[in-house]
Amino acid sequence: MNKKRGSQSIIFASPPSITSAANIVGPMEGAGLLQEHFDYIMPDNLNNLGSWEQCESYMMEWAIKTAVNKENSTMDMIDCVLAGDLLNQLMSTHFAVKKLNRPFLGLYGACSTMVESLLLGAILLDGGFANKVAVAASSHHDAAERQYRFPSELGVQRPPSAQWTVTGSGAAVLSTVGEGPRITAATIGKIVDYGIKDTNAMGSAMAPAASDTLLTHLQDTGRAPAYYDMIFTGDLGSVGKQLVIQLMQEEGLDISSNYQDCGCMIYREEQDPHAGASGCASSAVVFCGYIYRGLKTNKLKKILLLGTGSLHSTTSYQQKESIPCIAHAVAVEV
Amino acid sequence: MANEIISKQTKEQLAQQIKQQQFQDKVDKATPKPPLLKNICWAFVVGGLICTLGQFITDYFAMLGFSKKEASSYATIVLVFLGAFFTGLGVYDQLGKRAGAGSVVPITGFANSIVAPAMEFKREGYVFGIGAKMFVIAGPVLVYGMVTAFIIGLIYWIKQ
Repeated sequence: MNKKRGSQSIIFASPPSITSAANIVGPMEGAGLLQEHFDYIMPDNLNNLGSWEQCESYMMEWAIKTAVNKENSTMDMIDCVLAGDLLNQLMSTHFAVKKLNRPFLGLYGACSTMVESLLLGAILLDGGFANKVAVAASSHHDAAERQYRFPSELGVQRPPSAQWTVTGSGAAVLSTVGEGPRITAATIGKIVDYGIKDTNAMGSAMAPAASDTLLTHLQDTGRAPAYYDMIFTGDLGSVGKQLVIQLMQEEGLDISSNYQDCGCMIYREEQDPHAGASGCASSAVVFCGYIYRGLKTNKLKKILLLGTGSLHSTTSYQQKESIPCIAHAVAVEV
Repeated sequence: MANEIISKQTKEQLAQQIKQQQFQDKVDKATPKPPLLKNICWAFVVGGLICTLGQFITDYFAMLGFSKKEASSYATIVLVFLGAFFTGLGVYDQLGKRAGAGSVVPITGFANSIVAPAMEFKREGYVFGIGAKMFVIAGPVLVYGMVTAFIIGLIYWIKQ
């Protein structure tokens, strides 16, 4: 049976369940708007470990283990781990998964990694290549800042369009059997680049990729935006969110009533995050907390999650290249 | 035939350029502007206060009987120490976030730009961490400072 639909989408024949989810965040996220939707809030960004990178690895390991425990499974029942983060050579992920001793596929989709892992996990399960997989993504504010921008103690002024990388990790367990919301459809994104070069304007750079994938998803599946209770993007922030609404409007689609960006849901205004949250953990902690719990309690029934990633590197922007961006989508329904 | 392919390509490039330009216009409209007046006031006040402090220290050393040249050297040393000290306390980045150039331009900002990476890369060790990374931010300032000094010196020498 052909599961491919339209040009870039998949409709799963036997939709895999998301049987559990767990998340962990730093103190700033813990003091934010989604306070009660986190499983564990660390006291500080080091959590008594030797480095920020070690802390990020710890968060991912904790999230995967907790998600597996919540589901009353043991680690050895997991056929494969699919995960990634923002650091060079997936440093945090590799050191986290090393301790889990399970088959592993590392993913890099920048901040779209959570959705990429959900999408590929669902493909493995629906294709009959695995029975149970764990998926995860993480980011750490200080570790990301020092790799991509400046040392954290340097006194620099950030423009209002800049976003704040989330310290946290989210993990989920997908299974062919078991209770939970199901991944029914997915759309694999294309790399879209509208020539934005400013790494302080990543929301704007990613907005065309998000609207491209969203439009393709709706065309491929024949669904209207109103089919979903909520459409979420990963980390566009307030500027990118506004642009997506505008770009969709130009295509004749109004999504303003059922669309939100995870990057606008995490921090409070007075925490001074500027345009909102970013990082792999932005979509990961919101999906594995607020959204997953909403689906479990039937507050949300049908959602579309678009993971958005800006795929630049420190070398590419120093060489004055524009920012290539991508967005993947998964539809999760109760 | 080849011409047709090329003209088709240039047409596509042109269409892409127009699309990018139109999007850039939308981005410009959607992007919030920095609070210019507030930032300028912060920079003015903080920069001014740091410089006043520097003058105060210079005058103090002059009062102790040091020559003008010695007094200003000691003031520089004290200001560099203060910049490094408040970077270590995690205060200077909070100041820089608000004051911008007001806290970057004075010599305390130069101290901050050296101490911040030194602190950050301590975990990579004393050689490849602190030693190698200490001047990542300040390095260009030193390089172009020395180049400018060389050129000015050369001009001065020729004129003589």
